[in-house]
Amino acid sequence: MSEMRRITYREAVREALREALSRDERVFLMGEDVGAYGGAYACSLGLLEEFGPERIRNTPLAESGFVGAGIGAAMNGMRPIVEIMTINFSLLALDQIVNNAATIRHMSGGQFSVPLVIRMATGAGRQLAAQHSHSFECWFAHIPGIRVVAPALVADARGMLPAALADPDPVVIMEHATLYNVEGEVPADGELAVDLDRAAIRREGTDATIVTYSANVMKALAAAEALAGEAIDCEVIDLRSLRPIDDATILASVRKTHRAVVVDEGWRSVGIAAEISARIQEQAFFDLDAPVERVCSVEVPIPYPSHLEQAAIPQPETIAAAVRRTLRR
Amino acid sequence: MSTAQERVHLSHEHALRLLREMLRIRRFEEKAAELYSAGKIRGFLHLYIGEEANAVGVMQALTEEDAVVATYREHGHALARGLPMGEVMAEMFGKVNGSSRGRGGSMHIFSAPRRFYGGNAIVGGGLPLAVGLALADRMLGRSCVTACFFGEGAAAEGEFHEAMNLAALWRLPVLFVCENNFYAMGTALAESESNLDIAAHAGVYGVPAEVVDGMDVVAVEAAARRAAHAVRQGEGPRFLEARTYRFRAHSMFDPDLYRDKAEVEAWKERGPILKFHDWALGSGLIHESGVEALEKEIAREVEAAVAFAEGGAWEPVEDLTRYVSTGDEAAA
Ligand SMILES: Cc1ncc(C[n+]2csc(CCOP(=O)(O)OP(=O)(O)O)c2C)c(N)n1
Repeated sequence: MSEMRRITYREAVREALREALSRDERVFLMGEDVGAYGGAYACSLGLLEEFGPERIRNTPLAESGFVGAGIGAAMNGMRPIVEIMTINFSLLALDQIVNNAATIRHMSGGQFSVPLVIRMATGAGRQLAAQHSHSFECWFAHIPGIRVVAPALVADARGMLPAALADPDPVVIMEHATLYNVEGEVPADGELAVDLDRAAIRREGTDATIVTYSANVMKALAAAEALAGEAIDCEVIDLRSLRPIDDATILASVRKTHRAVVVDEGWRSVGIAAEISARIQEQAFFDLDAPVERVCSVEVPIPYPSHLEQAAIPQPETIAAAVRRTLRR
Repeated sequence: MSTAQERVHLSHEHALRLLREMLRIRRFEEKAAELYSAGKIRGFLHLYIGEEANAVGVMQALTEEDAVVATYREHGHALARGLPMGEVMAEMFGKVNGSSRGRGGSMHIFSAPRRFYGGNAIVGGGLPLAVGLALADRMLGRSCVTACFFGEGAAAEGEFHEAMNLAALWRLPVLFVCENNFYAMGTALAESESNLDIAAHAGVYGVPAEVVDGMDVVAVEAAARRAAHAVRQGEGPRFLEARTYRFRAHSMFDPDLYRDKAEVEAWKERGPILKFHDWALGSGLIHESGVEALEKEIAREVEAAVAFAEGGAWEPVEDLTRYVSTGDEAAA
């Protein structure tokens, strides 16, 4: 095994950006305040000085405009990385993403590809209230023609960007805003790009499978840790990719544990947890010893006060309770 | 011919009122910054320090029947619009006695009795809303004005242009107020607009636009009165670009590394409160003793607002899902 080093999630993103910009002349970063400000979450701090304003391209507040421009540039020989400050503002660019980025390859009968990477921060937990805290990942994961990934671990924050850039089609990277300060390990050298297709088992266990992604992986691990004290042994799966979804890893686990809990910071109705749950029940119904449980955000716009916000989103305690229900404990 | 509504009458009382309103905002914001550091206020906090003349000046031109739409930098607008200071503070604490029951926090202050339609934290998001409010007023035969505040950063958004065209096309009673503080977070105006003349952006849609010194409360009030009067007369939308400056960072998360310290200092020297205070004293409109009394009165008001917020209750967790759809207001 190669040696490891510890960096933050933010540093991992920045390092991946720097590497991409250094390796490929066609790569450029574009978005609001990515320049002098260094990005809303400081991911591009220092890159303007290093690569100049042509390639660290600060944009006006014009989400639809610059995302659309990223699509055009990608179709015409460049490899843009577009940063949208948060998923909440990506709604202003949804038309470009859905009606152009995701469809042009198909509508043109395969003549044009859109090798575009879009990064955005997502998620709740920082008391930013209802216009800055939502998780719309499932809206993107719904759409054929784009790939959607969500790095939970620092190594994925580091390795998903180069992999996304190598993809000939649009890739959306969802970075949970509560993770930027989290430290984790990445290999000290060698190839850091990771496989985008496969889910990962973050903890092995035999009694129940917790399927989740992004910041909730850590909450699921905390729940698993607590349950270990009750002699309940959980397996924790980090989806990593929300489109496509790696059914094989999920199903192999469920066939072993016979119980599944799906955790998602999106709302419960018509969301990612519903999708995972349906896939399990379609493909592993007779392996299940209990109904699939879902732990999702409560159906309310995220409120400002901490106690309400925390009550609205999944917690290790609510995840653990769902696991116990599958075991009738 | 100008009418009473259109002109500023700078009586002793009115001068004191303008100073009081600006000072209330300033002292409130200073306290908010302190309380943020103390962890009482969380999330984003966008201070209005330096820009007080705009909200205060424009509000003088509005009546109780008029509507106001603002952004996430709206504490000043809420106070100038007459929301009780305690309710605004309690909202920022997230308490149930806040103007929005604590659900929205600093960026989402609302008040139906004051026709204060938020507190919108999506840049540009308030403009189409203002168009709709004005449309309804017009269709319902009311002669109200909707004042819509936003930063110059919003002028780059499609929603700005769509709203401008709709308001002009339908000759709706909207008073657009662009508070141009020259920076959208860390992005300077010159980095974001091909045409730096924001008022000209409104002009192309046929919305008459005026540029005003946003550091001069009397100039803002005068311009707002003229514009609001025209809107009220059914002449369609008007646009004010108030050139102003925020003295503090964009939010409490912003290290403010993109502005030249000398530039910030130069703007502070022509700060709206300093400038008006000195001018009004010099011209004998107000007296130092009056200002001292004002400061004391405001200090008491701020103190009372904090006490009101401190004393407020937290919304019970069992009520989490209330206020999502009409009819779910009753406790669970
Ligand atoms: C649609 C959208 N994009 C980006 C943001 C993030 N953001 C919040 S405030 C801000 C700057 C806005 O500047 P301006 O409109 O000039 O108002 P100011 O903050 O200067 O008062 C940005 C980029 C947002 N809230 N909404």
